[in-house]
Amino acid sequence: MTTLDPSHASEAFKEFRPPLLDGKNDYKTITDQICGVPEWSHSETPKAWYIAFTIAVSMLGMLGAMIAWLFWMGVGVWGNNNPAFWGWPIVNFVFWVGIGHAGTLISAILFLFRQKWRTSINRFAEAMTIFAVACAAIFPGIHVGRPWVAYWLFPIPNQMDMWPQFRSPLLWDVFAVSTYATVSLLFWYLGMIPDLATIRDRATTPVRRFLYGLFAMGWNGSNRQWHRFERAYLLLAALATPLVLSVHSVVSFDFAVAQLPGWHTTIFPPYFVAGAIFSGFAMVVSLAVPARQFFGMKNLITMRHLEAMNKVILATSMMVGYAYLTELFIAWYGGNPYERFAFLNRVMGNYSWAYWSMFSCNVIFPQLFWFKKIRRSIPLMMIICVLVNVGMWFERFVITVTSLSRDFVPSSWGYFTPTLIDALTFIGSFGLFFTLFLLFCRWLPMVAVAEVKADMPRDEAAVKGA
Amino acid sequence: MSRFLFPKWTNKIKNLLLPLVVGGAVYMVVLVWLGASPKTLVAGYSPVQPVPFSHAMHAGELGLDCRYCHTTVETAAYAAIPPTATCMNCHEKGIKTTSPKLAKLREAFATEQPMRWEKIHDLPDYAYFNHASHVTRGVGCKSCHGRIDQMERVYQQEPLSMAWCLDCHRAPEKHLRPLDQITNMAWAPENQLELGLQLKNEYGIKTSTDCSTCHR
Repeated sequence: MTTLDPSHASEAFKEFRPPLLDGKNDYKTITDQICGVPEWSHSETPKAWYIAFTIAVSMLGMLGAMIAWLFWMGVGVWGNNNPAFWGWPIVNFVFWVGIGHAGTLISAILFLFRQKWRTSINRFAEAMTIFAVACAAIFPGIHVGRPWVAYWLFPIPNQMDMWPQFRSPLLWDVFAVSTYATVSLLFWYLGMIPDLATIRDRATTPVRRFLYGLFAMGWNGSNRQWHRFERAYLLLAALATPLVLSVHSVVSFDFAVAQLPGWHTTIFPPYFVAGAIFSGFAMVVSLAVPARQFFGMKNLITMRHLEAMNKVILATSMMVGYAYLTELFIAWYGGNPYERFAFLNRVMGNYSWAYWSMFSCNVIFPQLFWFKKIRRSIPLMMIICVLVNVGMWFERFVITVTSLSRDFVPSSWGYFTPTLIDALTFIGSFGLFFTLFLLFCRWLPMVAVAEVKADMPRDEAAVKGA
Repeated sequence: MSRFLFPKWTNKIKNLLLPLVVGGAVYMVVLVWLGASPKTLVAGYSPVQPVPFSHAMHAGELGLDCRYCHTTVETAAYAAIPPTATCMNCHEKGIKTTSPKLAKLREAFATEQPMRWEKIHDLPDYAYFNHASHVTRGVGCKSCHGRIDQMERVYQQEPLSMAWCLDCHRAPEKHLRPLDQITNMAWAPENQLELGLQLKNEYGIKTSTDCSTCHR
């Protein structure tokens, strides 16, 4: 994957392009460090992991209980009711799909742009993507009301002669999200194969040797395999790149194609994509900070990486802010009284608390990242990134609920109030997310060993020794 | 520990993979298509009735019109099951008044308790079907119920599945007949499609396949 060998470069070059990793690393320390985590014995595993895992699994159990209750009782257990039939499930769906955007952006688009700093964070950003998409997929599935016929979402020939409505963006959504999940999973798994083989080869127990061997699919690191691996990786990156832009565009069509004031705008696709990348990066930072701390990866995921991500967050925050202001401007300039009312209602109506939560979390607080000190401060970046995720949830809430509860005819106005079940289901989805993420950190190489090494200065000792 | 690679015999599994995946997919499709079909699961249902009423005899041999018993079929959504009194028009004083097969019928009549007939053609509650709007617009009894006049014990001939309903709603000309032939079980035109199209035009039939046509 490298084209330049930095060890042969001039001193000036090194100054211009400082090394990506902190401290003294060579090939062996990198392998030991990253592969060491899955090799932890029971006693070596920090207590914090067990505590975190217990909490996550309990929340996952709660999600299961909430879904079981929903299936038993029906969607009446939620706050969804006339006129706001979309409520929290759709808000949560868009929220989770949005989070799932950073992984593929980091791994595919940054790969194609040769942004080598991606190698330290791409693996777990991709993992985060897949887990977020898994969380997202739950919500439309349980939102259909009769989950045992959720397969009607797919064009499967059946004895009812029923066929999905191909003119509906809701169906495009099914394809967009499932394609995205498939490609992300393949990309993640493919990239992991050489590292799984490394763990296999270091294995000291037969079970580990067999299991990692099974998933390493017989990787032996030959020239030919590397050649094909890199080809496949490049192709998948090229395939995944348009998906980063298309998935959330299609999600935005769910709203934009409808005629409802506040939804029916052409700005939605780019606005949604920017927001998705924004929330995705915020989630990567909020996961990377504790993960590098607890799993001892500070030399790999350096302050430079975090700062770079904070810059992306700042940039996308301004894109999102620009979109908010454009929406307001067009609502006024367009002269459509319904549109104008929809946005006045957002800003000053009975959901203005949600609008201003969204606005301050997404547009105002991230401006602090203009200051280098704040970009490089762990506690402050954590606070801002969590706020960004809160704000992005509110963005989806504002879009979904304010428009539905105030449409054209005042007689069909209403006020949406969520139930406890709504809240516990949403919290429970974090349980699923963190359970998967903790299992991933514990049992799989959370940083791409082979890719990090490829972008390191050449390890002369290792090369001579070989 | 030595490196784990897949043993040689696993290559055989690799060769089997494609036929297994393709074969499995085909098997699943065939299984669901044929096995889970309403033609397999529903059609042919023929419960034993409390009184062995023979449609073959009454509607076939004797030539009773369907509407003699199912009186509401032209005016209501539901084609009424006749009250015991309808049977007793003939069986109280004239015909087979002491037949042991009709014991339950006489008992029901005497005690004024309704007969517990078994329902055969039973649509799900979420499907709305109106008999009147079909039989007054050229759909004969036979199209859905089959040759009732030849059934000793009535069975469900058609699957009554959604696809089956849609089949006619998409091309009603396949089943339209003149309004005076609605209850004629034996009626068979020479060229159904030609006549059907002509009748469709004449009766102004605009079948709908919107969800809300049947799911109201």
